[in-house]
Amino acid sequence: MADNLVEINNLSFGYKNRLLHKGINMVFPRGKVVAIMGGSGSGKTTLLRLIGGQLVPTKGEVLVDGEIVHQQSREKLYQIRRKMGMLFQFGALFTDLSVYENVAFPLREHTNLPESMIRDFVMLKLNAVGLRGAYHLMPAELSGGMARRVALARAVALDPSIIMYDEPFAGLDPISMGVVCNLIRSLNDALGATSIVVTHDVHETFLFADYIYFVSEGVVVAEGTPDQLKKSKMPFVHQFVHGEMDGPVPFHYPAGDYRQEMLRVPAL
Amino acid sequence: MRRMNHFFQAIGHRMINGIWHLGAGGRLFFYVALYLLESIKRPRLIIKEVFATGVLSLLIVIVSAFFVGMVLGLQGYNTLQKYGSSEAIGVLVALSLVRELGPVVTALLFAGRAGTAITAEIGLMRATEQLSAMEMMAVSPIGRVLAPRFWAGTISMPILAVLFSMIGILGGYFVAVPVIGVDSGAFWSQMQANVDFQEDIINGVIKSVVFGVVCTMIALFEGYDAPPTAEGVSRATTRTVVYSSLAVLGLDFVLTSFMINV
Ligand SMILES: Nc1ncnc2c1ncn2[C@@H]1O[C@H](COP(=O)(O)OP(=O)(O)OP(=O)(O)O)[C@@H](O)[C@H]1O
Ligand SMILES: [Mg+2]
Repeated sequence: MADNLVEINNLSFGYKNRLLHKGINMVFPRGKVVAIMGGSGSGKTTLLRLIGGQLVPTKGEVLVDGEIVHQQSREKLYQIRRKMGMLFQFGALFTDLSVYENVAFPLREHTNLPESMIRDFVMLKLNAVGLRGAYHLMPAELSGGMARRVALARAVALDPSIIMYDEPFAGLDPISMGVVCNLIRSLNDALGATSIVVTHDVHETFLFADYIYFVSEGVVVAEGTPDQLKKSKMPFVHQFVHGEMDGPVPFHYPAGDYRQEMLRVPAL
Repeated sequence: MRRMNHFFQAIGHRMINGIWHLGAGGRLFFYVALYLLESIKRPRLIIKEVFATGVLSLLIVIVSAFFVGMVLGLQGYNTLQKYGSSEAIGVLVALSLVRELGPVVTALLFAGRAGTAITAEIGLMRATEQLSAMEMMAVSPIGRVLAPRFWAGTISMPILAVLFSMIGILGGYFVAVPVIGVDSGAFWSQMQANVDFQEDIINGVIKSVVFGVVCTMIALFEGYDAPPTAEGVSRATTRTVVYSSLAVLGLDFVLTSFMINV
């Protein structure tokens, strides 16, 4: 049994011709909550997709439980994915199924549990995200934050050993935020799972994460435990923690000089 | 010169694109076929889709069939009575419907009513990452989403086509017998004597099964392949109707030429 449930080695990946990741190395030890932070568009969602085997790296590899994800057969890949739960950035609830059926979906697909047990499991998970009373609603009847909490319940329905959260706090009110924050920690500890949390929220992340990676411009620019990072004088970390626009992490998508562009005569 | 180049480039591009799509469609058909047996073990999913594609198309099929039957009755009587054989109207209406109009018009209606719905639904499922989420849950969208819909389309189409023919015949009867005054006994007995079960009815059903497979597959492919944007889905929906209609009319000619021994 490898110590690191997930390992990313020298990973490069790009869409079309823009290279997004340029040699990333990360490890996710068993039983830990590891956060990945980085600016918008820095490729965090893409990174989760690479871990889930939905994209194939240009170079390097992703190891899950000691196996290279993108080299597996379809059956094997599905076997690996059964151990994973993923919260999508926009929820990705099945719009033709009710909240209850959404959470029951993985149970129905992968187990032969009787309906009474499925019901117990679903209600347990919905209760954990505070939406037991909303079980009969359709996704279209939920608010954005509620939908994401349902998606969270669905992601952990099968008690996965790797849980990936893509921005679990986006669009949540402070109360739900605290709840989700505790939930991530307690799910992790109760299931003995390994959690990978992609997020922008510096303060929450520093509260619950065991280890944090900062990504910028396709490389890991800083990493460490929250305590180490708080003490760090690194400009990236400083910029992130204080939310400054100017600093080593660029706010803008790569573009030509703004002044030049404004002065350019439009081509006719 | 530049214009010309652009022109030929555009033609080449379209052709390559077309061939590429044909290949991608064939590949998807193959993948769907792999999941068909597995999918039939979950009849509930199929029944749900039969309801969505078949049952909801019932009304439009019934209404259209009745009108088509009435028009056939009128036109048929108008021509036949010139030759003094207006009792043959039952045969004419039944044969036109069972052999051609039933399968073809049903398929065209199906493409517009159910095909577009399938394309839009699957396209939106991709755009909202539902298919991606399913993949991440180790559930194949092809097995869970496409295969049941394929079954549903293939099952509903022949049933709808048979229904279309039956209602159409009633429409023809309504115009010919109570309205125009053709003898009811002659209407039915001539029909019975001249419509062959094997030659006419079975062949009609074969056609509609083929149309069912083709229309459903086009709808599934266009949805699955649609760019994950509002515009992409809307274009895919249009393509479903255009390609399905062309495929149905073209295939109808091919199938008919095999079925009629000249
Ligand atoms: N399917 C795609 N095709 C082409 N480019 C893409 C695709 N998906 C994402 N990108 C590009 O990859 C970059 C990273 O996208 P990604 O979604 O991974 O960012 P992110 O770090 O999750 O950002 P955010 O915090 O805003 O969610 C973006 O600049 C985007 O333009
Ligand atoms: Mg993202």
